[in-house]
Amino acid sequence: MDILQIIFWILTVMAIGCALGVVLSRNPVNSVIFLILTFFAISGHYLLLNAQFLAIVNIIVYAGAIMVLFLFVIMLMNLNADTEPQKSWLVQLAGVVSGGTLFLVIIAAISKANLLGVINTETTNIGLIKVLGQVLFKQYVLPFEISSVLFLSAMIGAIVIGKKDME
Amino acid sequence: MPIQYYLFLSLALFCIGIMGALMRRNAIIIFMSIELMLNAVNLLLAAFSKMYNDSAAQIFVFFIMVVAAAEVAVGLAIIVMVYRKVHSVDVNILNRLKH
Repeated sequence: MDILQIIFWILTVMAIGCALGVVLSRNPVNSVIFLILTFFAISGHYLLLNAQFLAIVNIIVYAGAIMVLFLFVIMLMNLNADTEPQKSWLVQLAGVVSGGTLFLVIIAAISKANLLGVINTETTNIGLIKVLGQVLFKQYVLPFEISSVLFLSAMIGAIVIGKKDME
Repeated sequence: MPIQYYLFLSLALFCIGIMGALMRRNAIIIFMSIELMLNAVNLLLAAFSKMYNDSAAQIFVFFIMVVAAAEVAVGLAIIVMVYRKVHSVDVNILNRLKH
């Protein structure tokens, strides 16, 4: 077994185990910690896939900014207790069954589809920031500018929603 | 490394996210499950980008991250507002549109 395959399986087990921890843990703070670990595992997968820029951005944006925002909101609401009311076991069972059914259906479809693709392990430079910047600012410059407008509107929207009522 | 491994991994993460969104009552946990689903799709896009040796898919992942960051800002503002009104983030309480 190749060293890359061993790393792949370790990261896969870590990602799926921590994702299950997000869903199953009772304390919301533990869920946030598990989600951060999942993002680190996914960043490891990005490194295996020659997406170095995405790995760094995933850690900085997701694990660094977004999850800290979640953690702040949880601390602000004082939710770090295990007293959360649970859905009835029937609803939980229905959720697990519907998710598992989707899993099985797509697995059956993929195995019928006969996808013949192999990800070779040789390194390429498609994920380097130089190549990505060339593509981003030549072909995709209009979506990039539009996303800045999206960010502005999200910022204004968050401030307007979060503001205290005037009356 | 066959592409099927990455397909099954991201599919498993996506279905765990769906189960979390359906099972839990805490709005923040549901939101985190949605983030998990977005990341599963990002991983699959990166795998296909490596398979076809094309960096456009990684640009698309970058845009998904941008949109997710904006979505988290607005969504958490809405959750904080709901908490201020009803003093709970339980989604079963938020059924007033039914009446």
